[in-house]
Amino acid sequence: MLQVALAQDFGGFSLDIAFEAPAGVTALFGASGAGKTTVVNAVAGLTRPDRGRVISEGTVLLDTEARIFTPPNRRRIGYVFQEARLFPHLDVRANLLFGARYAPRGATGPEFARVVEMLGIGPLLARRPASLSGGEKARVAIGRALLSKPRFLLMDEPLAALDAPRRAEILPFLERLRDTGLPVLHISHSVAEVARLADTIICLEAGRLRAAGPAATILADPGLADLFGAAEAGAVIGARIVGAEEDGLIRAETAAGPLWLTEAPNTPGTAVRLRVHASDVILSRARPAGLSALNILSGTVERIEEDAQGRAWVRLGLGQGEALLARITRRSVAALGLAPGVACHAVLKSVALAREDLGPGR
Amino acid sequence: MSPLSPAELSALLLSLKVSGVAVIASLPLGLVVALWLARGRGPLVGAVNALVHLPLILPPVVTGYFLLLTFGRKGPVGAVLDQAFGLVFAFRWTGAALAAAIMGFPLMVRAMRLAIEAVDPRLEAAAATLGASRIAVFARVTLPLILPGVIAGAILAFAKAMGEFGATITFVSNIPGQTRTLPAAIYTALQVPGEEPLAARLAVISVAVALAALFASEFVSRRIAARIRGGV
Repeated sequence: MLQVALAQDFGGFSLDIAFEAPAGVTALFGASGAGKTTVVNAVAGLTRPDRGRVISEGTVLLDTEARIFTPPNRRRIGYVFQEARLFPHLDVRANLLFGARYAPRGATGPEFARVVEMLGIGPLLARRPASLSGGEKARVAIGRALLSKPRFLLMDEPLAALDAPRRAEILPFLERLRDTGLPVLHISHSVAEVARLADTIICLEAGRLRAAGPAATILADPGLADLFGAAEAGAVIGARIVGAEEDGLIRAETAAGPLWLTEAPNTPGTAVRLRVHASDVILSRARPAGLSALNILSGTVERIEEDAQGRAWVRLGLGQGEALLARITRRSVAALGLAPGVACHAVLKSVALAREDLGPGR
Repeated sequence: MSPLSPAELSALLLSLKVSGVAVIASLPLGLVVALWLARGRGPLVGAVNALVHLPLILPPVVTGYFLLLTFGRKGPVGAVLDQAFGLVFAFRWTGAALAAAIMGFPLMVRAMRLAIEAVDPRLEAAAATLGASRIAVFARVTLPLILPGVIAGAILAFAKAMGEFGATITFVSNIPGQTRTLPAAIYTALQVPGEEPLAARLAVISVAVALAALFASEFVSRRIAARIRGGV
């Protein structure tokens, strides 16, 4: 658990924010310039805020009131920077081992061989950073931070500088990071990345906290759709793989009934996270028939928020705390008579697998 | 038979000793001053920067005169050093080394300061987040990265020391075997009718040493820079 409260005035821009990052992956989400990097720099101890408090696993690292400031080298907070920041005069092996000698005796964390294997950087060990690709640099930077055995890991958009294929190459490694049990604060302005990785989402807007909570709740919040953008907004729902059917479609069971997926692991029992864009959801009061769309879930309208562009964002509860977010027009809200408590069917034009290996029981 | 006469050999060895000691003794201080000039804040930084560069713009004779005033037997610093440590500069080779060190200091500090300013502070921040203390960051990140600049600065200062004449002769005179360095020996030879061939031979030795130092510095700097860039 990481508890953060920070206030800093930069003249034109001021930051004033307080949040908690529980175990698991916490995404710090916000547009460029929202103050995300300022927050993690203060958490890492690279900058001193005007006022603030940072507590990591019960240890006070910063408390301006009590005049406590732990320097960055004694915070044991790993930091993966946006630009890798590998040491150019050291080979990959020496880069990876740079922080290992400073880890206290008894500090827990994955060992060298495990990190090298997990990140697939074995063939790079004797190389110099200058000869590495962007994706390779990012992986070495992650390994280097892990091997200093931090109690918390900060990641400042390690994927932002990479093109889409490189990003796709790294994401699985970030997912494997979850297995190490290390709490992570992951900065991102990519909704897809957040939907895929985060357990908890903290939304930052112009230096202030906009919202914070479990990923499923935040992503399905109709009032936050403007923050994520009309094209990207959409909920994530949990499902469990049942298995492939004769025609190749894979059946998955959700809180509100079955879904059929075209691309999913065919491993019965696997818990998966599905992402449904709000613009891919059609709402219907009557159970629709004669549609090409296969996936129809029924639920209850829980909340409706209208925005300035005449759109309405609807949170449709599916039971067991799961929910979908639908983007429709205000006219449709009136025509269908939608209001909180009204039962409704959701036709899903497309369902994407956001994440596998959620582990059982999630 | 040695190709050099005893007088020539004495001047060459003395020059090498004076310059070597001057560079080695001033290197740590030069590094500290360069770090402070590159990273320090406040009005004092500008003042020290000016002071360090003073020998570069003052007439060397004036620098030598100031040295004589301060570090002479009766000078405020010279008297204290003599009494406390028995360290005498006036009219000794140590004085020649001091003059050489002060004349080469601006060049040394300048080269090192430029190298320090070229180091990406974000790398040092990264090292700190990995657990390295400030001293460890300097030893394991900053110093390896500025090493080419440190060596370049040392070689420049060495070359300057090898050629130092004005401040040296003013401060410690021109005593054979004590303070008669190569430039002083050349000057002396030129004062004596018929000794022009000796002056010419000494001049050739000077040029050879200067060129050797230059090539050595190029070679070492290239090697280190290539290692740092990861070209190998």
